[in-house]
Amino acid sequence: MHFGPHLLLAALEGLVTSAVLALTALGLSLVFGVMRIVNVAHGEFFMLGAVLAWAISTAISGHPAIGFVAALVIAPLLVGLVAFLAEWLVLRRLNYNPEGTIVATIGMLYIIQQLALTFYGPEARPVEPPFNYRILLPWFGYSGYKLSVIAASAVLLVITWLVLTRTKIGLIMRATQYDRETAQAFGIPVERVYAGVFAIGAMLAAIAAVLIVPISQAHYLMGQDPLLLSFIVVIIGGLGSLRGTVVAAILIGLSDGIVSVFFSPTLAKIIATLVVAMVLVFRPQGLFGTTPR
Amino acid sequence: MADKNGFFDLSKSTLSRRTALRGIAAGAGLALAPGFVRYSQAQSSAPIKIGFQSHRTGIGAAYGRWYEKTSAAAVKAINDAGGIGGRKVELVIEDDGTDPARGAEVVGKFAKQHKTDIVFGTLFSHVVIGSAPAAGENKIPYFVVSEGHHVASTKLNRYVFQPGITDVKSQIQSMAPWIAANAGKKVTQIFPDFAFGYDHRDYLPAALKAQGAEVIAQIAIPPTESSFTKYFPQIPAETEVIYHVMVGPAVLTFVKELGEFYGSQRPQLFGFIDSLEAVDINSPGLEFLDGSHFWEGSPRYAQPDDSAAQKAYRAAVGIDDNGAAVGDPKDVSTAAHMFGCWETLYVVKKAMEDAGYKGPEDRAKLVEATEALKEFAEGPEHPQGPKTFNGKIHQCFGIQNISKVEGGKLKVVHKTKIEDGLYEPEGDYTTQAL
Repeated sequence: MHFGPHLLLAALEGLVTSAVLALTALGLSLVFGVMRIVNVAHGEFFMLGAVLAWAISTAISGHPAIGFVAALVIAPLLVGLVAFLAEWLVLRRLNYNPEGTIVATIGMLYIIQQLALTFYGPEARPVEPPFNYRILLPWFGYSGYKLSVIAASAVLLVITWLVLTRTKIGLIMRATQYDRETAQAFGIPVERVYAGVFAIGAMLAAIAAVLIVPISQAHYLMGQDPLLLSFIVVIIGGLGSLRGTVVAAILIGLSDGIVSVFFSPTLAKIIATLVVAMVLVFRPQGLFGTTPR
Repeated sequence: MADKNGFFDLSKSTLSRRTALRGIAAGAGLALAPGFVRYSQAQSSAPIKIGFQSHRTGIGAAYGRWYEKTSAAAVKAINDAGGIGGRKVELVIEDDGTDPARGAEVVGKFAKQHKTDIVFGTLFSHVVIGSAPAAGENKIPYFVVSEGHHVASTKLNRYVFQPGITDVKSQIQSMAPWIAANAGKKVTQIFPDFAFGYDHRDYLPAALKAQGAEVIAQIAIPPTESSFTKYFPQIPAETEVIYHVMVGPAVLTFVKELGEFYGSQRPQLFGFIDSLEAVDINSPGLEFLDGSHFWEGSPRYAQPDDSAAQKAYRAAVGIDDNGAAVGDPKDVSTAAHMFGCWETLYVVKKAMEDAGYKGPEDRAKLVEATEALKEFAEGPEHPQGPKTFNGKIHQCFGIQNISKVEGGKLKVVHKTKIEDGLYEPEGDYTTQAL
């Protein structure tokens, strides 16, 4: 294949990765930014979203699009509910202690993963995409659904940004992030904000998973890669910085796509990890992060 | 991935502590209990314990589940017919997480703690390779059902056997003539970047060359990969056959993306069903496979010419004509491999009875008795077909099936002969000390 089309394919693949990664990492970043919690179970919320999407879309008969849309609405809500309960049952009892919550979320990771194995099983199960349209380019064919994932992710990112910057809920969240105690003094119910943020973070991961599941099937171990990549993205972008997260996701996704098409996927992972190391050495707060006060 | 590095794997530390505690408890019990000696004298009536190293979790979990079902059915059949040498057989199952390090621990646990007579049942080649040294150190016979060439390569040790399923090198050699004659001469290989894939990488080119065909590109894919489109530009345009061997949960994605990339103008496809074991061939996105060909060890779908033994085996394991669990058509089996568990257990029975096996002190005799086996006749004990066994390389050789995807089913279109897959032994385990 010639260089031009080859690069186009690489960029498309990279953008799909970026789109899903941006949503997933945004959830992780939000939780860290507002709550100062490193949520190791984030990848499992992603997995849970995909598994529930499978369950919902198989339960609903008729055109695959109906099942998919239902999954896109219901699965994130259910995952949000699980996260809400987990926050209430576990994280709150630990007073959001940074070390304690890391261990607790590792525990959640295993519990969710093993429950999925027990009730869903070890198989990879496919979800039918809402539409099967193959875009025929002169050099190769490409999935129309994948392009729509990029678009959907962009729309969702814009909505999240609008919510955070233009609404009262966003203002409250930002105030809590900025200074928890002052926010509390001004009558902001910090605990409720925390519960909400943890649920929203998990829901973002679940939405990303529902979008990706027609491309890559639901499987009980699928949460591991997104977790690692999300951490990479969040560290590069700056912990708690949403803009940084999105920029880093696009950067990592595109470089992953292009490097792995032209060289090897292993090299792409090596480079991503190297970038993390370099960022940690030369700019520990991340590209867009602010130094902690 | 995080888990692969063992970074978040807390289970390891708890497991080793628990193992240590049990070890201490067992040691104390051994020192204090005079009953232990009496038990070992009375072991002729105690059950024969077979340690089953099962992929209950990890990427091999779908296989592990069906390997357990098949083995349980075989053990039931053996016990109903009087057991091994008059003794009942009992499976002791431990999960290896489809992980080589854990696999070695599990073998040690069987030898030292459960004190099983043998270890059995491993599929994934990296787990076999990781566990084999532990079997050698503990001098415990280790019967794998793995399909890889590692046993026959004689690179492992005298305690490792593969008497229930043909190895990849032999499979490739026996099928190469059919591929060259019916699919095409210019072949691009796509394989997973670990031991099992390397067997294909190393042996297909020579096997095809002998038939006047050639491998024009080899594409290795990391086993944890979840997206494949980025590899397809490496497939040369003149490719006539894509030879694909994929394992792991992402295979549906692989096929789907291949379909999107090529559309209807695709090269011929020849694959190992390993990719699609436990996956419904009629899953959305797999329409692309219609008309393509697969290797199958034992056919998933019931064939018109199935023998009575094959039918009885399918009924005993509990799979229907479509190769799915009876009563649950969505629960598709790993039919192409799991017959190996059934057949291996019958080989163990034969070898133990030949050796006059009494208990762990006879393990060396069991090894020699297994090495003395020459052939297994087709029948209820070997429903997949007849096999020969080479005691020097601890490997059996059987027939292979090439099946075509047709109308949402797999139809056997060609069966190889045992002779097609025989090759010069690369070594001799029998010269190693026991």
